[in-house]
Amino acid sequence: MSTIDIETARRVAKLARIRVADESLPQLAEKLSGILDFMEQLNEVNVDGVEPMTSVTPMRLKRRQDGVTDGNMQDKILKNAPDAREGFFAVPKVVE
Amino acid sequence: MLDLSFEAPKPKVIAGATGDWELVIGMEIHAQISTQAKLFSGASTTFGAEPNSNVAFVDAAMPGMLPVVNEFCLEQAVRTGLGLKAAINLRSAFDRKNYFYPDNPQGYQISQLYHPIVGEGEVLVEMGPGVARVVRIERIHVEQDAGKSIHDMDPNMSFIDLNRTGVPLMEIVSRPDIRGPEEAAAYVGKLRQILRYLGTCDGNMQNGNLRADVNVSVCRPGQYEKYQETQDFSHLGTRCEIKNMNSMRFIQQAIDYEARRQIAILEDGGKVDQETRLYDPDKGETRSMRSKEEAQDYRYFPDPDLLPLEIEQGWVDDIAATMPELPDAKKTRFMEGFGLTDYDASVLTAEVENADFFEAVVAVGEDGKLAANWVINELFGRLKKEGQEIGESPVSPAQLGGVIKLIKSGDISGKIAKDLFEILWTEGGEPAAIVEERGMKQVTDTGAIEKAVDEIIAANPAQVEKAQQNPKLAGWFVGQVMKSTGGKANPAAVNALVMAKLGL
Repeated sequence: MSTIDIETARRVAKLARIRVADESLPQLAEKLSGILDFMEQLNEVNVDGVEPMTSVTPMRLKRRQDGVTDGNMQDKILKNAPDAREGFFAVPKVVE
Repeated sequence: MLDLSFEAPKPKVIAGATGDWELVIGMEIHAQISTQAKLFSGASTTFGAEPNSNVAFVDAAMPGMLPVVNEFCLEQAVRTGLGLKAAINLRSAFDRKNYFYPDNPQGYQISQLYHPIVGEGEVLVEMGPGVARVVRIERIHVEQDAGKSIHDMDPNMSFIDLNRTGVPLMEIVSRPDIRGPEEAAAYVGKLRQILRYLGTCDGNMQNGNLRADVNVSVCRPGQYEKYQETQDFSHLGTRCEIKNMNSMRFIQQAIDYEARRQIAILEDGGKVDQETRLYDPDKGETRSMRSKEEAQDYRYFPDPDLLPLEIEQGWVDDIAATMPELPDAKKTRFMEGFGLTDYDASVLTAEVENADFFEAVVAVGEDGKLAANWVINELFGRLKKEGQEIGESPVSPAQLGGVIKLIKSGDISGKIAKDLFEILWTEGGEPAAIVEERGMKQVTDTGAIEKAVDEIIAANPAQVEKAQQNPKLAGWFVGQVMKSTGGKANPAAVNALVMAKLGL
């Protein structure tokens, strides 16, 4: 049985960039643990020698030819940006 | 038969306070695949475009947009794999590498962690005549590049350009078989050469089309051999990864600095932390890139938007049938076929354009060694002086071949050939016709040369006396005769005649 503790819940929330208030973390941890418990049940199914199914129909990965068929629409790309300047998206400063 | 055997270079050894240390280096090369369009969209990959103009909705990760793979990227990756004698995986798959950063609008990079398209191969890295390292390739996978963040245009904001987002990359991962900074640079150079021969990456490091992540660790002598025997990494030291370098010089400096940093920690009784570092060329040091409290967690999983990638053996065979001659084979052929030295063959095969030019010269001039001399010394020297590329050479291979033909037949001397080259460079024209029109033919007629020698001797009795006492001075007469014949006399014939006439 694997359980998610409060620290793990905090970390997962941070990785997903979802703000979770401290008082909500115990509840989140409990819910995530519940999901893992369900997964544990699925783990009981014997899948030895079973190929993972990636599609319900026997489809081949679709390909495109190498050619420029898209782009050149800076205005549309930037249209929904909260802030755009001189053709760039402008975001709060991020420095490594 | 040419001797192609070689021995491995000695590993770089750094003497520490407590004994010797050796370096162990593995590299991940990110090479932009040469294509028109991106890996999963129809937007252009052209460098230097207006910001955010080479962007399709799928690159900007607009909701509901789905990636469709560019088949030519796959072909280029397979071609590269074949060029590195690697196994091609007929079944591979795309995975998501999750991380947040403003220039990564999807919130993940589509890559191939679990099932790369190309498996194990190798690269022969020459360090000098008869000295070479075989560097094993672990894998090559195809992935998307990220966008570009610009931090210095505004004091409070970062500016984001998504033109690079989704540009196709090949990540070429080596085994830790590289043993020093010079080898690391030579490895990048060799890989770059092969990619350029294949036409799968232009190798432009300045534009970031070829970047290297370098894994560096240090160990005591003998430990590396234990690793090679067992492939057990526990024999090696803890490694640090230096990210994103696009200069051969910086790669070498960074490795050297990083090795010394690790040795200092270890000799101080400390422990090297496995981490990602950045090289700062201004300060000449590496520094930790991410805060230590938050270890990276990419949460890889198979991309549900993309089915597994299945390719057919017949398609791979078709690509194999169109492979160009690669640098190693070309160099060997130049050495065997034209009797060139290892050095000359290396210089001529460094860039495929140079090799093609040389071969076109040989086709006309019919003398490989002479052609190699002229291409390397006269042509390359002149191009370098003028700051021109081989493609811009005013002298064509046919013209230079013509010069060589005239030297070989004895029609012109080497000295006159240089004058002829100068005429071809500045005025152009057909070499044999120029020689004829301007009376540049070498005088091999002994009678004419004899006459010139007699005249010089008759006019300089004092010099004759000196030369007879000191035979070294006979050269003066040879020079005078060459001068009086406008450099057209055959120097060997002049020399012989001068010696005979002076009785030396």
